[in-house]
Amino acid sequence: MTVASKGSGSRRTVRDVVFVEGVRTPFGKARPDGIYAHTRADDLAVKAVRELLRRRPELPTDRIDEVALAATTQTGDQGLTLGRSVAVLAGLPKSVPGFAIDRMCAGAMTAVTTTASAIAIGAQDVTLAGGLEHMGHHPMGEGADPNPRFVAEKLVDSTALVMGATAENLHDRFPHLTKERADAYGVASQAKYAKALANGDVTPDLVPIALRDPQQGWGLATADELPRPGTTVEDIAHLKTPFRPGGKVTAGNASPLTDGAAVSLLAAGDVAAELGLPARMRLVSFAYVGVDPEVMGIGPIPSTEKALAQASLSIEDIGLFEINEAFAVQVLAFLDHFGMPDDDERVNQYGGAIAVGHPLAASGVRLMTQLARQFEQHPEVRYGLTTMCVGLGMGGTVVWENPHHADYSGHTTTDGEN
Amino acid sequence: MSTQTTTPRAERVTHSLVRDVELSGGAGTLALLTLDNGLDHTKPTTLGPGGIAELTAALTALQARAARGEIAAVAVTGKPYFLAAGADLTQVAGVRTRDEALELGRSGHAAYRLLGEMGVPTFAYVNGLALGGGLEVALNCDYRTVATDAPALALPEVGLGLVPGWGGAYLVPRLVGIEKAMDVILTRPSANKPFKAKEAFEIGLADALFEAPDFLESSIRWTADVVRGTTVVERRELDPAPVWDAVVAGTRKQLDAVVHGSRPAPYRALDLLAAARTATKDEAFAAEDEALADLIMSDEMRASVYAFQLVSHGKRPAGAPDPKLARPVTSVGIVGAGLMAAQLALLFAQRLGVPVTMRDLDAERVQHGLDYVRTTVEKLVTTGRMSKDTGAKVLSSVHGTTDITEFSRCDFVIEAVTEVLGLKKKVFAELEGIIGPDTILATNTSALSVTEMAADLAHPERVVGLHFFNPVAQMPLVEVVRAEKTSDEALATAFAVSKALRKTAVGVADRPGFVVNRLLVLLLGKIVEAVENGTSVEVADRALRPLGLPMGPFALFDLVGPAVGLHVLTSLREDLGDRFPSSPGLEKLVAEGTKVVLPAPARGIPASVDPAIQAYFGTGEAGGPGALDEAGVLDAVLVALTTEIGHMLDEGVVQGPEQIDLCMILGAGWPFHDGGITPYLDRTGYSEKVLGRRLLPDGIANVPAQVA
Repeated sequence: MTVASKGSGSRRTVRDVVFVEGVRTPFGKARPDGIYAHTRADDLAVKAVRELLRRRPELPTDRIDEVALAATTQTGDQGLTLGRSVAVLAGLPKSVPGFAIDRMCAGAMTAVTTTASAIAIGAQDVTLAGGLEHMGHHPMGEGADPNPRFVAEKLVDSTALVMGATAENLHDRFPHLTKERADAYGVASQAKYAKALANGDVTPDLVPIALRDPQQGWGLATADELPRPGTTVEDIAHLKTPFRPGGKVTAGNASPLTDGAAVSLLAAGDVAAELGLPARMRLVSFAYVGVDPEVMGIGPIPSTEKALAQASLSIEDIGLFEINEAFAVQVLAFLDHFGMPDDDERVNQYGGAIAVGHPLAASGVRLMTQLARQFEQHPEVRYGLTTMCVGLGMGGTVVWENPHHADYSGHTTTDGEN
Repeated sequence: MSTQTTTPRAERVTHSLVRDVELSGGAGTLALLTLDNGLDHTKPTTLGPGGIAELTAALTALQARAARGEIAAVAVTGKPYFLAAGADLTQVAGVRTRDEALELGRSGHAAYRLLGEMGVPTFAYVNGLALGGGLEVALNCDYRTVATDAPALALPEVGLGLVPGWGGAYLVPRLVGIEKAMDVILTRPSANKPFKAKEAFEIGLADALFEAPDFLESSIRWTADVVRGTTVVERRELDPAPVWDAVVAGTRKQLDAVVHGSRPAPYRALDLLAAARTATKDEAFAAEDEALADLIMSDEMRASVYAFQLVSHGKRPAGAPDPKLARPVTSVGIVGAGLMAAQLALLFAQRLGVPVTMRDLDAERVQHGLDYVRTTVEKLVTTGRMSKDTGAKVLSSVHGTTDITEFSRCDFVIEAVTEVLGLKKKVFAELEGIIGPDTILATNTSALSVTEMAADLAHPERVVGLHFFNPVAQMPLVEVVRAEKTSDEALATAFAVSKALRKTAVGVADRPGFVVNRLLVLLLGKIVEAVENGTSVEVADRALRPLGLPMGPFALFDLVGPAVGLHVLTSLREDLGDRFPSSPGLEKLVAEGTKVVLPAPARGIPASVDPAIQAYFGTGEAGGPGALDEAGVLDAVLVALTTEIGHMLDEGVVQGPEQIDLCMILGAGWPFHDGGITPYLDRTGYSEKVLGRRLLPDGIANVPAQVA
């Protein structure tokens, strides 16, 4: 199949979309002493875009049809129509357009699925999609002015806008998902990340970022700042529960506040073939579903069910999972729902956001970049998925096919039929 | 060496901040040193004694780490927008003794040579401005990268009476070859034309050029490649001795033809360059130290720093009224459509971005003026110096007319008609019936009385002089003339307009010839006077060489046009008396339209007088009792200039000698090493001899007497 461009008004046919490349900045601590305290948020994205292009010199930059970049807070150094401003700042041809996008934590994921949709219908050939969040410069909810009707009309529970509180609500709803299980999950995430780092599975996807500190001079960020290797269950058993006295959610089983950016390169299957771009994943299906905002953490369950149904797949068909670890309990709820063990080895092989951090609107592309690498390492796996919960009660899931698998269905090429 | 100078102040110490960076691919640890004075981009990083001491300490520590095998490379970069703007000129000009000056050179070398003797490869990441001692930091490293947005790389020392004495004079010719080194060290500084990043890369001052958005990341990646050996930088061989010597000899000849030995710095630089091929690093650096010490203790260097400060600070004009009094200018009228008028129309349209109405008596003249604007804009657009859209905007904003009533909508009208007082008065009188009561009337007169021009008007307070220099686009000076009744509002508007036109404005009183023409034409008058009295025109033409002016007096005559020169000379003589000589010979020359100079021998070398014009003057032959030698002519000119400056200061033409110097530097191109003119007159004793006093306090633009 190719884009049907012959004749005026002719119908387009749907094209395959492939994930070509993804990179991210090292993730930093969103604090005044964090590595990115003196670095602009948009510059993080600019450098990620340039690194992406450096890695794909075969892509003529004037072939990029869109730059979609997400941020949860779109003011200050995350304002000014991010996709477009980053395109200009990164030195892309002025003909390359861009826009800003927001679906809270699923911003980058939505940037991917939105531009993928444009590729699928043939409106675009090649897109850059990603997200960034400098939570040090933009604390969660900065500048937000929630409509009083939310509370007055009891549209949402008063806890719905405090993500940690929604995680406590999940513990309430699923009492068997205990703090001990959450802590164990958090510790495992740190261990898996440390192992992946040692195995060289993390660094290759990182963009080195020059850092300037007026007191220390220039430096270079080449590694994630937040992971705490060697964390034990005992270490985190007695951490404070900031969201509820006597609660269960702690810094040990939740993702920390993070600065970072992640950007991916998507292309139509046939265009990737034409330009010699590798197809590292093929997009199979995606779905977003809303849930009660006060238990937003269960969002990935219905979105995954919907995305699987669209693809006529079942959970058993999925060999690798990249699920965002906003909170351990939210991952546990997902695993519990699908009858998977807490330490299912198909899940988050490189650890997750509890270890590496969660720069809100950037995380979706981190999940995809990691899944793409795992696909290469696991040619026996045909399908994988990336999923995440989203503030204000949503889940998002994208199902991907592994081109390295023997039965890979193939993606569209310039030859047309597949 | 620096763009930052003020009256003596404490050193803004540049710190050497070091952080370790892991190089990719297992290439080891890079120690990354940032030069940072801790201040924002309005305060460029400069290198004074404190900063050099910190740098020495940091590099010494790194050398020890390198010896212990802890680091694989060292790199130096700067805070955003600057590598470093060079040595701290304020500190340099404050040096009191030769020993101190010698130490300044030595301490810089001691710091910088560590970069070449680190034991591991050293890199400079030229992330921004790199001037003088700033660029020499990079030159002393083994490798250099430069960011595409670095605005300027240069060794401007020779223009400031110094030499690139922290390794530059030795390292540049070895790096880029002797011929290009002459450009870097001698030609560019005198043309005030620094290298752009790409040019610097192309001639080999930098080994790699990386785009700005991720310059540092790219530089560090490149460093890893160099350390690992996957990238190899080829260095050119030393130029062969015959080539080296021939270039040096050619340059020396050129220097003699232009500078005539009037200042020491370029010669000292040339000597260092000549020796750089065979000298060892120790010998070369020691020679640089000696040259620096001599030059720092020279009046030429002190005058240059004074001049540099004047020019840098001239943008805040002395004696201007409160800028808040300025009236908005939203529509400009230009009376006349001749060459000057058309140049003004273009400048106003370009810089003020307002509608400009140019008016002359008949349609043909108007068309002529408009044609000039159009062809000039087209030239700017085709050569890429102006965008097509801007060109279209400028052209559409300039409008020509023969109808004087069209000035009714202008709030600022400047006249540029023929220099005849009666004509200008008539123009102003006619205008007054048309323009609004608040409209400012400006005159571009070069020598007529602005006060008289305004005398018969109902509102003389609105009249102000705005004397531009030809060619208007290039010449940076405007003399803003306050006439007897000029209001503060009119004056403030004139200063505001000058600023918006990006000219340096100097406020002057309404005295004949203001500053530049009064002194320049006096100088020419004294030259022709000498010639009328029997001095050989060739002697007269050479006589001023010790001043190091941009060209000889007859070449200057040729440039301004003998007719214009004669006109101003006559007019000044009428107003100021026979200090301004009369010259029948000059009148005859002008009447016959005879060219006064021979064709210039080569590009960049000023033309000299045509000996044949001797026939026009005096007896028609050189010689006789009144004939002077070169020293005699020079003396006569300097006495006359000193006398005149004394009169000008007494008359209050300007606030002080500094404004005279600023005018002569920007309006006549008089050299930095003379400090304009008054430092030269002070140091040669003319001001004491003629006026009985110095013009500037001792030590301001010279080496103070007690320490010399």
